[in-house]
Amino acid sequence: MARIPTYRGPFGSGEARRLLWRAGFGPRPGEADRVAQLGLDRAVRALTHPASRRLTGPRPTDGKGRPLAPRDAWGHDHCWWLDRMVRSEAPLVERMTLVWHDWFATSKSGGATQTQMLRQNALLRRHALGSFEKLALDVTRDPAMLLWLNGTSNNRWDVNENYARELQELFTLGAGRGYSERDVRQMARALTGFRNDWSEGIGPHRFRYDKAFHDRGVKRIYGKRGRHDWRDAVRLAVRHRRHPSFLVAKLWGYFIPTPPPRDTARALERLYLRSGRRVRPLLDAILRHPHLYDPARRMAKPPVVQAAGMLRAVGRGIDTEGWAWMCSQAGQMLFEPPNVAGWDDRRWLDTATFRARWHMATEICNPARLEPDAVSGKVPSDPAQLVARAMAFWGNTPLSAPTRAALERYARAALATADERWKRSTYPVLTENALRMLIGVSPDYLTS
Amino acid sequence: MSHDTTICCAEHARAGAGLPAIERGMPTPAGTGLSRRSFMLKSAGLAMAVYGAGTLARLPVFEEGIARAAGRKDSVLVTVFLDGGADSLSILAPTGDAQYRKLRPNLALRGGGKPFAEDRRLMWHPAAAPIAALHAEGKVSVLPAVGYAHPDQSHFVSRHFWEVGALDAQLRSGWLGRLLDRIGTPDNPLQGVSLGGSLGPSLAAARMPVAAVDAPEDFGFWAPGAWGPPGDLAIPAFAEVGRALAGSRDPAMAQAGQAAAFAGSVRASLKPFGDEHGKPTYTPRAAYPNSQPDPFPRRLAGLAAMLAGGLPIRCATLNAPGAWDTHAEQASALRDNLTLTADSLYAFQRDLEARGIADRVLTLVWSEFGRRAAENGSGTDHGAAGIGFLVGTRAAGRMVGEFPGLGKLDPQGNLRATSDFRGLYASLCADWFGVDPAAVLPGAARLWRPKVVR
Repeated sequence: MARIPTYRGPFGSGEARRLLWRAGFGPRPGEADRVAQLGLDRAVRALTHPASRRLTGPRPTDGKGRPLAPRDAWGHDHCWWLDRMVRSEAPLVERMTLVWHDWFATSKSGGATQTQMLRQNALLRRHALGSFEKLALDVTRDPAMLLWLNGTSNNRWDVNENYARELQELFTLGAGRGYSERDVRQMARALTGFRNDWSEGIGPHRFRYDKAFHDRGVKRIYGKRGRHDWRDAVRLAVRHRRHPSFLVAKLWGYFIPTPPPRDTARALERLYLRSGRRVRPLLDAILRHPHLYDPARRMAKPPVVQAAGMLRAVGRGIDTEGWAWMCSQAGQMLFEPPNVAGWDDRRWLDTATFRARWHMATEICNPARLEPDAVSGKVPSDPAQLVARAMAFWGNTPLSAPTRAALERYARAALATADERWKRSTYPVLTENALRMLIGVSPDYLTS
Repeated sequence: MSHDTTICCAEHARAGAGLPAIERGMPTPAGTGLSRRSFMLKSAGLAMAVYGAGTLARLPVFEEGIARAAGRKDSVLVTVFLDGGADSLSILAPTGDAQYRKLRPNLALRGGGKPFAEDRRLMWHPAAAPIAALHAEGKVSVLPAVGYAHPDQSHFVSRHFWEVGALDAQLRSGWLGRLLDRIGTPDNPLQGVSLGGSLGPSLAAARMPVAAVDAPEDFGFWAPGAWGPPGDLAIPAFAEVGRALAGSRDPAMAQAGQAAAFAGSVRASLKPFGDEHGKPTYTPRAAYPNSQPDPFPRRLAGLAAMLAGGLPIRCATLNAPGAWDTHAEQASALRDNLTLTADSLYAFQRDLEARGIADRVLTLVWSEFGRRAAENGSGTDHGAAGIGFLVGTRAAGRMVGEFPGLGKLDPQGNLRATSDFRGLYASLCADWFGVDPAAVLPGAARLWRPKVVR
């Protein structure tokens, strides 16, 4: 039986950095070196078996010094979760919560209140590293999901196919893999029975399962006849023989940009089944796989990962609600994925979203900018030294040779315009400020 | 997201905040007629020449490419996506079909719309009246049942087919991307542009550069704490860094590099369209609906101005407002979406006409599928054939494929397709862009090509 390979190369701060960006939200200052000291196995174990789930660091505020109002105020739900990404001592739990938000992509545009979205968020976090079957069952009856995919519009009189289709296509099996249009329609019948009330002022509430709304007839799903209900429907999908390969390939894709080798995929599928469809053993294996540490397999950082990571790098917390629109412009407003398939991880960066990443870097750099009057004379006027200082601002994030060279060219050109004495002392400071921005939006820093 | 716009623009208004008043000893921008600040914000290209372009090397190559291609009178295709599967049986309602009210006891339209002149069984949704008016002028080709054989009822699979222009789940390049490979140039990212927050997949994966622009009037950059030459030079420098990595063998690195490189050139081209606060400097020549917070009409107005301004755009993609996946509460959602979409498209067409460029622009309105003929209560589930429009003074103005009727649904209870979207694409390649469809669409030789362009 094929074993799952484990990375055996050196585990230095570069590898630790890669791990922290992929499995969490990047390193805090000095964290990459500390994690490198642990070695690969202990570093991964610390992520998959977090000793603490506490939040450390300053509490989030809205920009006017007030606490966030995530249940009520626009964008505060987004900022509330982003704060957890910045401050959690269990980054993989937050990262997996984000994975499940993308996987079971639910948008508040479906009519759920922010309170209902936050409850779903707690549900996803509760199951973050646990059993996929339990997660799928709980998601199916979650009010935000019931609204989003019309679960409470689906009853024995008016069968609504929305959830049945996406449960199979997007959540458990994959498009056209092992089910037919007939299975979609039969499964929709099995899923009938949920309902809710609606009233002016409160909106949708009192979500419940009502047997009187359920179609109790016989259904035939994947050839199995029975008086299936919603639990049977979810279990049939999760226990379908083609589900493990779907889950492994999709989960792997969140951490490594190229598909798993065939043997590795098969071994992971067996591991998944052996563990009772639990996710944690898979994460243990994926995070130690050699491909995760391959320098030539970089991934674009999702916008919220980038935002949280920049804040962590400079030791700042959420102190403005502006992070909601900045992430939105970059293409990732939490609780508002573009559709039920979630965000498209292959398309994070284009000219429009690049400009949004520039805005994010601006938000980090502006309050920390060096003022010529304060630091004049303490800033070197050597291009390479200025680049190194700007890298230090971002926690000594490494840069490729072409990027470094282009930055030094810029610094040289900028310094060369200083044709008076006041400029010769001022321009190095301004150049260092600009270099921080240029590093913050460099291809090296936008990917990991 | 009205909040986006308000906070964003308030934020952007700070864009000049880091700049000093005129610094001692700085060169004055002679003869520009601009204040120092707007000169610096709006013309980094010129500023470079002033502040030592010699040191930082040439004007970025993409700006040259855009400048060279600008001002030509090329044909343009605009695509508007009704995301989610628009219900063709409401937009062009078969009120004269005996089955209609049986299948749609709650949702069937009863009247109030104009009859469709080419098939008296059909009636325009009242909210589609602006499209009906353009149709009456001979400027709309209607595809009442467009789709493909063996329809897939997955949003994502069917949408992918339309985006790549083939029934191929593995194909990665978009059909417009491959079209641009034939007619585009390697130094003009604006030739394929998505007016939106991100790049439309039908444009993606071309060999040629393409771009996404959320709002043409608001594409400025500002580096905090870096004014004067170090600040001005920093803006072209981000594109320089991007260019250094744009050819990277690592796909993620290359994507990031290209995004930066193309953003630099797009920024330069869009400078005339907005002021330093990101407000439009152009005036629409037609009355667009006022629809805060939805950006659709504003984006169409910006596109018309960009085309009239001579920007070398060949293909532009947009998403129509709203979600068209109406599994529940269809009547109100569809009415609202359709009202804003049709009003905006009407204004866009009038804007193009007033600017004298209508003869080189066609607008294709599409959706990934239509919806199930039978309703499910207050909504409809996924269907097969749906509706398409080709709008423009050069549209042939004649229906493509007939309405198949509700008496002969497919075994899934869905409308049968009477035209194939790939045939429509092939006609646009050949008759609008003068490109052999075989170079863009797999199996093009076997496709029936309807006459859609006059």
